[in-house]
Amino acid sequence: MQNGNEPRKHTVAVLVENKFGVLSRVVGLFSARGYNIESLSVGETLDPSVSRMTMVVRGDEFVIEQVMKQLYKLIDVIKVTDLTDESRVERELVLIRVNAEPQHRAEILRTVDIFRAKVVDVTPLNFILEATGDEEKLEALLELLRPMGIQEIVRTGKVAIARGPKTRGRRSEGPRRPRVPDDPRVVGFAD
Amino acid sequence: MKMSGALILLECLKREGVEVIFGLPGGAVLPIYDALYDFKGLRHILVRQEAAAGHAAEGYARTTGKVGVCLVTSGPAATNLVTALQDALMDSIPIVAFTGQVPTHLIGNDAFQEADNVGITRSATKHNYLVKDGRDLAPIIKEAFHIASTGRPGPVHVDLPKDILVKEWGFSYPDSAHLRSYNPTYEGHPGQIKKAARSLVRAKQPVLYVGGGVISADASPELVELAELTQAPLTQTLMGLGAFPMAHPLSLDMLGMHGAYYANMAVHHADCLVAIGARFDDRVTGRVDAFAPHAEIIHIDIDPSSISKNIQVHVPIVGDCKRVLAKLVEAVREELREDVPSAVAEGRRQWAAQIAAWKHDYPLRYDWNDEVIKPQYVMQELSNVTNGEAFMVTGVGQHQMWAAQYYRFKHPRRWCTSGGLGTMGYGLPTAMGVQAAHPGQLVINVDGDGSFAMNSQELATCFVEGLPVKTVIINNSGHGMVRQWQRIIYKERYCAIDLPGIPDWVKLAEAYGCVGIRVSKPSEVIPALEKMIATPAPVVLDVCVDKDECVFPMVPAGGANTDMILTAPTREVREKAAKSQTGF
Repeated sequence: MQNGNEPRKHTVAVLVENKFGVLSRVVGLFSARGYNIESLSVGETLDPSVSRMTMVVRGDEFVIEQVMKQLYKLIDVIKVTDLTDESRVERELVLIRVNAEPQHRAEILRTVDIFRAKVVDVTPLNFILEATGDEEKLEALLELLRPMGIQEIVRTGKVAIARGPKTRGRRSEGPRRPRVPDDPRVVGFAD
Repeated sequence: MKMSGALILLECLKREGVEVIFGLPGGAVLPIYDALYDFKGLRHILVRQEAAAGHAAEGYARTTGKVGVCLVTSGPAATNLVTALQDALMDSIPIVAFTGQVPTHLIGNDAFQEADNVGITRSATKHNYLVKDGRDLAPIIKEAFHIASTGRPGPVHVDLPKDILVKEWGFSYPDSAHLRSYNPTYEGHPGQIKKAARSLVRAKQPVLYVGGGVISADASPELVELAELTQAPLTQTLMGLGAFPMAHPLSLDMLGMHGAYYANMAVHHADCLVAIGARFDDRVTGRVDAFAPHAEIIHIDIDPSSISKNIQVHVPIVGDCKRVLAKLVEAVREELREDVPSAVAEGRRQWAAQIAAWKHDYPLRYDWNDEVIKPQYVMQELSNVTNGEAFMVTGVGQHQMWAAQYYRFKHPRRWCTSGGLGTMGYGLPTAMGVQAAHPGQLVINVDGDGSFAMNSQELATCFVEGLPVKTVIINNSGHGMVRQWQRIIYKERYCAIDLPGIPDWVKLAEAYGCVGIRVSKPSEVIPALEKMIATPAPVVLDVCVDKDECVFPMVPAGGANTDMILTAPTREVREKAAKSQTGF
């Protein structure tokens, strides 16, 4: 498809029915259509019958539009929101096993302090660190630790929430009346 | 009231208005067949292979507008059914498929005839269910029928573990299904409809491009009204055939890879293209950057994901074709109250003249031969002797394209073909489903010798169940469409395409209790067709045709629709085609 949009990372929040098999429907859609998921995290919402997936997907505007439409097409998907251009808070948690030889221990602890990370396990040879933050912060931390020798990292994938009073969770009242959105391109999307 | 899961299933089907089930029994669904033994009001048609049950349900659904139902057992039966499910998914046909499953306590144990049915059908269905609790059975069936038949229709699969079918459960059938996450949009956006009406009325070179969505929505009357009101010429996709009478002066016949020259030229030169219930399939568009390059594109579709998927659309309208077209007709009437600029009127006159010239100069054509039967001639005569009124079903291949090109359709819901998936072997079982839905009516399956062979065992079903389907085999002793591509694009390096006269279709038909007829001379065609139609039993008419005949016009895959090959290729044309070839 012809377009001038550069591919970039999008953070997409998906509210789904909390039923077995829903995760595989979503993941199956991505593999069937050739889209790539960079990260994915899933958890229950305030309403236990609804789960929320936060996924990071790379693509240009047209790809993301298709991703969102295809997600909506799944019967168990309640709502899809692209948070990329919204004001939002994003966090990811990372566990890092890093070499901690005597001459580096103090520097690592200083870095941990600066990044408000935590040392959660200590052995004579290494530390396990826990850090949360947005992507940039975690990348910066990893960059500083790399010279010491990172042995292993485990990341949760990103979670994100919109800033302000707007709720992304499904409100708990009964079924709402469908509204006619102003933008005709989103007609047909459940709201 | 308590009853067995099996009986609950049958009661639910009855309440959904199901009359016929196409099925094949086996271990996991034995409780259902036991309940069926003395259950009144449901006809069961025993097929010979499970995919046939799915296709028969498709034929039933496509020609009645109701949901088709099929029932097969677990494991291999379910995997056999997958082709039919994917076929129904791609062509938006509403069917509900029930499969058996091993008892819930054995699921995951690699039990006999176990397969991960819902895992396998997940991407081949609109939605699917595994029933894990008998109390959910009735609500799930209600939802399954609701999902299959609403929005963009499609197949829904329900997997039934054996113990759920045996145990007794309380039964009450819900009146309606409510799904908070599934609310298709039926009404088009009024502002967008107004915008579309304005563009259409002011267009100098408009074209309507109509697909299967118009058939699904039963929107033909509204479509005819719109076309006549705007005097816009109209072309139909393979799935849309019958939505608009082909004898109508505004009809441009089919467009796309094997569409009419005038249809493709009209779309290419259009300044306003209104796509209605069509999805810009690659067999329609050819090279996308060369498709309708001058047109403002208006797209009416119930599925938002179809819009701007392949071609960027200027005026999207999400909604049900019938309702949107009715509103669009109103809006056009409104627009027509204003004076249309004289330049538009003049443009329209020139456009009509241009289209008439294309139609006159480049009609669908083939060379007549006194000695060998031309397949196009068979289709033409079939159309004549049935007066365009028969229910037509096809397999997949050259014969399918000739049927689409030469049969003069008059009515919607009389044409079943595997458009999206291109499933060879689709013809006979689908025709059975059509015949079961329309007893006493003429149902014709046009098939190829390659395609027919894939499900010819269903002749047994036709005979035993009293389904007098008439099959016309366009027999060119090979896989003709593959041969055509190897001839034109692969430098005549014919590979794995010969089916040299085996089996003898007349004898095979007779072996199944059906009537077999063979013709090989052009003069025999009309009498044979008449004899076939007059025979009350299922008939196989084996028509031995010119094996070198190719389907023209043709747009090589990856080519632009303006690069059509119109007649049998010379070396020069072949070289050009080979150059533009990018993939099958």
